[in-house]
Amino acid sequence: MKRHLISAADLTRDDAVLILDTAEEMARVADRPIKKLPALRGRTVVNLFFEDSTRTRISFEAAEKRLSADVINFAAKGSSVSKGESLKDTAQTLEAMGVDAVVIRHGASGAPYRLATSGWIDAAVVNAGDGTHQHPTQSLLDAFTLRRRLVGRDAGLGRDLAGRRVTIVGDILHSRVARSNVDLLHTLGAEVTLVAPPTLLPVGVGNWPCEVSYDLDAALPKSDAVMMLRVQRERMNAAFFPTEREYARRYGLDGDRMAKMPEHAIVMHPGPMVRGMEITAEVADSARCTAVEQVAGGVHTRMAVLYLLLGGNEPAVSHARTEETK
Amino acid sequence: MTMSETGKTLIRGAKVLGGEVRDVLIDGETVVEVGTGIEAGGATVVEAAGRILLPGLVDLHTHLREPGREDSETVLTGTRAAASGGYTAVFAMANTFPVADTAGVVEQVWRLGREHGYCDVRPIGAVTVGLEGRKLAELGAMHDSAAAVTVFSDDGKCVDDAVIMRRALEYVKAFGGVVAQHAQEPRLTEGAQMNEGVVSAELGLGGWPAVAEESIIARDVLLAEHVGSRVHICHLSTAGSVEIVRWAKSRGIDVTAEVTPHHLLLTDELVRTYDPVYKVNPPLRTERDVTALREALADGTIDIVATDHAPHPHEDKDCEWAAAAMGMVGLETALSVVQHTMVDTGLLTWEGVADRMSFAPARIGRAEGHGRPVSSGEPANLTLLDPAYRGTVDPAGFASRSRNTPYGGRELPGRVTHTFLRGRATLMDGKLA
Repeated sequence: MKRHLISAADLTRDDAVLILDTAEEMARVADRPIKKLPALRGRTVVNLFFEDSTRTRISFEAAEKRLSADVINFAAKGSSVSKGESLKDTAQTLEAMGVDAVVIRHGASGAPYRLATSGWIDAAVVNAGDGTHQHPTQSLLDAFTLRRRLVGRDAGLGRDLAGRRVTIVGDILHSRVARSNVDLLHTLGAEVTLVAPPTLLPVGVGNWPCEVSYDLDAALPKSDAVMMLRVQRERMNAAFFPTEREYARRYGLDGDRMAKMPEHAIVMHPGPMVRGMEITAEVADSARCTAVEQVAGGVHTRMAVLYLLLGGNEPAVSHARTEETK
Repeated sequence: MTMSETGKTLIRGAKVLGGEVRDVLIDGETVVEVGTGIEAGGATVVEAAGRILLPGLVDLHTHLREPGREDSETVLTGTRAAASGGYTAVFAMANTFPVADTAGVVEQVWRLGREHGYCDVRPIGAVTVGLEGRKLAELGAMHDSAAAVTVFSDDGKCVDDAVIMRRALEYVKAFGGVVAQHAQEPRLTEGAQMNEGVVSAELGLGGWPAVAEESIIARDVLLAEHVGSRVHICHLSTAGSVEIVRWAKSRGIDVTAEVTPHHLLLTDELVRTYDPVYKVNPPLRTERDVTALREALADGTIDIVATDHAPHPHEDKDCEWAAAAMGMVGLETALSVVQHTMVDTGLLTWEGVADRMSFAPARIGRAEGHGRPVSSGEPANLTLLDPAYRGTVDPAGFASRSRNTPYGGRELPGRVTHTFLRGRATLMDGKLA
């Protein structure tokens, strides 16, 4: 494993399988009466959130606490610029307080990469979503759920997603979840198809390791999993599609469409769902929808990532800055 | 600097425009003799064997930042950077604070350039009041001022209103002016962060599509044809723009175009580092665009190289990509990049370089006394460079106040050793005088 987790594209197949296997171990801990491991005792992790995201922040916080890390939550409303303090100064301030890892959510694509590579700080950096770039832990938790459902909880250990067909539907253009999933699922051997109106696909998508289609009905029978992405209503104001109703008719998943999927196929959603837009209540509440399971898997997966990045099975190493002053 | 008792300088044994080896004698402000075996007499001698002598370079696109952003550059530091890079005249863009949209502001900038004496400063006037694109600035007053403005541009912003652009093109005909367009369709580039294509799709950065540049150029060459005006296109960056300008020229439309050194060398692949030193407007494009731009500069479709020297303080680049300012400094590396991309590749001779970096920009901007042949009786605006030099770009050594260069640590060929502004050395043995 590398020191940082910035992009799902940085993970090898073996890295990813190791994270998923470790996440299954973490899941077993969650089944115990005492859900806590001492692995990161004495380590400090800061959740540095420049964008509001209660769901992701809570998921990371739960993961960190179950590993016994000391957790600092830092919510920097708005961008570093509007706030007056630069990302560099904020990060250095936190590191001066002795932080071992920074979990960062930022509205600017590339901000976690800058943090990890600019020499500003020494701490490990985990990308919790940056702009419209990447959200690697989301793709890992999606892969975790996919492997459990399509390969099996125990049968899946040590295995990837070779040959599984995953269709991702919705606002691909603005989605870091889609980018991360295309990278990771491809690395794990799955066949990915993106479905969206042409306006919501980026120019250049032709170079991605996946198929692209404008026709949801054609893709459904050939899918082992269908991942519905949230579509923001405001997008129609920028002429990405005419109306909410037209979007729902052409690209929304309802009961009739779900019936076209193979019987074993699942419906996934990273949340938050916009019911009536990309997904109907009937589908969202059906047994085939794994949205809630994905949330649970998120905690296990993030525990695995932090455990592996921070070398949780080794004694706590002293901070790099401290070593320099010796 | 050391002046001879006689006020004369003899440049001995330089290849004039990369051709014949000649001695060039300067007396006062003028070249008085070009020949072989010229006696030094009491002149200061510059031994120039192996070096190339060019007419002083002229930059039609420089941001000097004064007034208003003296933390990034001043007329003094910017013209020192220009002299270091071999320039004897620069055209200073209008997007200062206050905007150079009145005779007062352009005269102030012009006067500062004269006082400092490193390089002639020709202010560019804004086309519209406050660069807002609504109301024509007093173009005539700026032309009639001491600064004698001939080039008008809202650079940094596009004159996107077709009627305003048409009127500006027509109006400046009365005094031989030219409008230099920053071609960027604003609606197509809302939130744009980099070239729209394969790399932007992966990086999740807002796309700046080539069509946003090309559609404006297409419109403006047709407007220029319709009203019989000349138009200049700033920093052309795409293969498609090249085709449009080539078509327009074949039709007889009076259009000229510039390319920056960075668009001749760098591509959007560099944005993968998310290092804002590569953030620039128009953005770095693809390899295919770079190739087309080089060919167009070689065949004359693109008339000139202009730096778009855009200084920014360190804090405006030491941040996340989206928050960073757009622009790169370029005056001190332009000639090296042109040697690397155009001369060393065999696309352009040194004579061609003299045309694209001195004769043609002086002609487009009507910069009198600049862009003249190296011959007897001409003003002694000259640049001497050592093409055999190989060195690594060290931003710490820049004369510019800013360090936002994309070439730091990169090896580039060639070095300007001397720059003469009307016979006076502004740069001597690589050191500013």
